[in-house]
Amino acid sequence: MKPAGTELGSMEPTAGVLSELVSHLRRNRTQLREEWVRRITESRLLIAMTKEEIFAEATSVFDNYVEVLETGSVEALQAYARNLSERIIPRGVDTPEVLGIVLLLRDVLARSLFEKYQADFSLLNRVLDAYEPAANRIATTVAVGFVQERERVIRQQQEAIRELSTPVLQVRERLLILPIIGVVDSERARQLTEQLLRGVRSNRAKVVVMDITGVPSVDATVANHLVQTVEASRLLGATVIVTGLSPEIAQTLVTIGVDLTKMNTVGDLQGGIEEAERVLGYKVSSVREATVSDES
Amino acid sequence: MLVPILKQGDFLIASIQSSLTDADLLQLRDDLVEQVGRYRSRGVIVDVTVLDVMDSFAVRTLSTLAQMVTLRGAETVIVGIQPEVAFAMVQLGLTLGAVATALDLEEGLAYLRQRTKRSGRGGR
Repeated sequence: MKPAGTELGSMEPTAGVLSELVSHLRRNRTQLREEWVRRITESRLLIAMTKEEIFAEATSVFDNYVEVLETGSVEALQAYARNLSERIIPRGVDTPEVLGIVLLLRDVLARSLFEKYQADFSLLNRVLDAYEPAANRIATTVAVGFVQERERVIRQQQEAIRELSTPVLQVRERLLILPIIGVVDSERARQLTEQLLRGVRSNRAKVVVMDITGVPSVDATVANHLVQTVEASRLLGATVIVTGLSPEIAQTLVTIGVDLTKMNTVGDLQGGIEEAERVLGYKVSSVREATVSDES
Repeated sequence: MLVPILKQGDFLIASIQSSLTDADLLQLRDDLVEQVGRYRSRGVIVDVTVLDVMDSFAVRTLSTLAQMVTLRGAETVIVGIQPEVAFAMVQLGLTLGAVATALDLEEGLAYLRQRTKRSGRGGR
């Protein structure tokens, strides 16, 4: 990013005005900061934080703010904004709140400038010329930093959910189950298929029961992904039994006309495992019944 | 590169050793179909473990191979498709239609033994 200092510094009169403006803000630090915190509380922003916390953060933001005005370099502020976002996002602070407090600070400072230079209109104009671009840059920097941090958190969580939700489990020799929970998009379907194929090979599986009870909705795309997973497993010599299609999903699939003839479906997971055991030649019977029939 | 074809009891095993050209594939198909008759084989296994790519020509050739072998009275099973290859094939819509597949040579032999036992054509 191009540092603002080069633009602002190149204009000699503006630079002079800017340094005067900075020293004005420094002189009135205590009063401006208090005014800002008052406005924040008044607007009911940052309600998740205590008054002391708000005051401490406000002090840091204020000092950072003035420093950016002075040096024109937003790097320190960027780092601070990231750090601040890391701390306040887990506490449930929203984007409008963060944006709101930065804009409030901008307004508070602008007001104080108006007040000081109201006598000399042309000087006020020059001061605002210097102040406004820098202030807008600061607002953008903080807001972008916050949003980026939020997006990073969301990405991280999505990845965690993905990894958690596709276990491939062996229930018997040569029999795997694959419970799918949550929304299936193209990316996840690809991961799912890869994981399943790897599982089929490493466990030498012959039958796979794929349970989609936890999939909230199935559309044409998801259905095609499932068909692809089934076909890929077949190429490795494993039969796939799909279970847990709810009545709604069954209806959707029939309505949109997905060809499911290649898929072997059974009502629920229990039925699917029983069917798989039959295919593999297992016979499961209760021990008690077996002893009774032995005695008779 | 010629693909060695091994006779193992009632079955023929074609074990591909390296990537094949289209001509090699056609040669393999013709050899296998010819030898099925010569040895009165009842099953054919094509081991594709070493192939890390299966294009549409390879898949089509294997499909026709399977059909031709069926017409000559034997069964075909393709073994050893790698997970990545399987995934790529499915993405391209190449699913080997009705050809039987198995995880590896051992599975393929087990499959053929079961099939030929069930088919009831008297064993030797």
